[in-house]
Amino acid sequence: MTFDVMALRKQFPILAREIDGKPLVYLDNAATTQKPQCVIDSIVDYYTTCNSNVHRGAHRLADEATQRYEGARDTVAQFINAQAREEVIWTSGTTEAINIVSNGIGQILKSGDEIVVTEMEHHANIVTWQQACKRSGATLKVAPINELGELDVAAFEALLTSNTKMVAFPQVSNSLGTINPIKELTRKAKAVGAWVLVDGAQGIAHGPVDVQDIGCDFYAFSGHKLFGPTGIGVLWGKASLLSEWPVWQTGGEMISEVTYQDAQWNVLPYRLEAGTPHIAGAIGMGEAVRWFSELDMTALKAHEKALMDSATAQAQAFEGLTIVGQAREKTGVLSFLMEGGHPADIGFLLDRQGIAIRTGHHCAEPLMNRLGIPGTARASFSIYNTLDEVDALFEALKKVRMMLA
Amino acid sequence: MALPTTDEILDDLTFFDDWEERYKYIIDLGKDLPEMDESLRTPERLVKGCQSNVWIEVGREDDRLQFLVDSDAVIVRGLLAVVMAAYNDKTPSEITGFDVDGYFQSLDLERHLSPTRGNGLKSIVARIQSIAQASQTAAG
Repeated sequence: MTFDVMALRKQFPILAREIDGKPLVYLDNAATTQKPQCVIDSIVDYYTTCNSNVHRGAHRLADEATQRYEGARDTVAQFINAQAREEVIWTSGTTEAINIVSNGIGQILKSGDEIVVTEMEHHANIVTWQQACKRSGATLKVAPINELGELDVAAFEALLTSNTKMVAFPQVSNSLGTINPIKELTRKAKAVGAWVLVDGAQGIAHGPVDVQDIGCDFYAFSGHKLFGPTGIGVLWGKASLLSEWPVWQTGGEMISEVTYQDAQWNVLPYRLEAGTPHIAGAIGMGEAVRWFSELDMTALKAHEKALMDSATAQAQAFEGLTIVGQAREKTGVLSFLMEGGHPADIGFLLDRQGIAIRTGHHCAEPLMNRLGIPGTARASFSIYNTLDEVDALFEALKKVRMMLA
Repeated sequence: MALPTTDEILDDLTFFDDWEERYKYIIDLGKDLPEMDESLRTPERLVKGCQSNVWIEVGREDDRLQFLVDSDAVIVRGLLAVVMAAYNDKTPSEITGFDVDGYFQSLDLERHLSPTRGNGLKSIVARIQSIAQASQTAAG
């Protein structure tokens, strides 16, 4: 089966937009992906036909809404190969998912315990653990990257000791595009008895994920980077852990019994989902996952690789351009610097030509400091991008270079 | 080279009809803006944007406010030159009386003053205005 990118594009209404009279070339997919019509429809349909609160209504609408909402949980559970649907906790996104774990661990750890992260983290996978360390007296250790922007696995392993209680790393770096060997890292961390959290925000939209195969304890990702709506995401965790994990927010839904003096917590997944959830978001995310998982993953990966290869080759041939992050295993991201142009200038002048990229530190200030740069210009690709769009990026960059000269 | 006045900038920019010429002009303004000495680029003078940074130093000569500004991005430097045309070497009452939104609108540059751009320009304008306001209050 061949991958028909033009047919795929037709499912995304926003890709028909123009910017200042030029066709939109959307290359900011690591920030958020666009949504196919079926996802938009699922949200509209929910509000149009069965909007109501879930789990507690004594009426037809509540039954239908609950079915769709819990059905979305089943879809996600199946997609990531969770052992049980209860292991899928709805969150507002990857950040909240990590916070549930880091907040809990802040209550569990003690002085002398250690948390290990890597130099390529997004702020969401640094500040959360750093604050947990501050609260508990534990220490944050940071595994270094090499000059290519790959994790130094030997140095990572050297940081792991019997004091290591938690290890967190990204599946794919948001600013460099580096793909981490997550199974190998998980195995090494589990060997010292640590819990492992994989930040899947950037990995989830680039192929199938099997949490049992990875062997981690927690896996976090967002709906909006997977063709779904914003404001919804997932924390997956092993049921044995999550059922005992310190509760996150307290309130309705997450309790089983309440008196003025005390409360008993509900069972999974509800004990970690206080209050009325983002019902429409969960339904939209479920639809996005259904849509995505029906794609031909082999063809999808080949297409993404073709985009990345073309972008890399053109970047290497482009005078004055330096690629930031040259990992051997890489996906979706071309971060770069250009002589004579600050990333903000490049971003602005590309926008004027209809090309959307991101510029700045990409919520990874410590990484940018480590690389000794203020930030980069980042083009990030998704499955609906075309080779013509990659060419358009470099045509537009020629104009940028000319204008800044 | 002497920095242009607001009238000169308005004249020049209305003369161009495509975006490339307009932004080439802004970039040239940015290149001509005197650089702030590295030693002055301290955290106290920094207005951090998420995409680019701006530095500002304030001085006074008689009743006129003097500003020294810089950015790491050349287009922002050009826009700072546009801002300086309006504010530099002016009295506090001239500064507070100046319609900066109207000025940027007539230059068709208003979206750079939007807080979403993250270039620090909006904060710089707000800071200059509050400095002018404070010295007016102090004088009054």
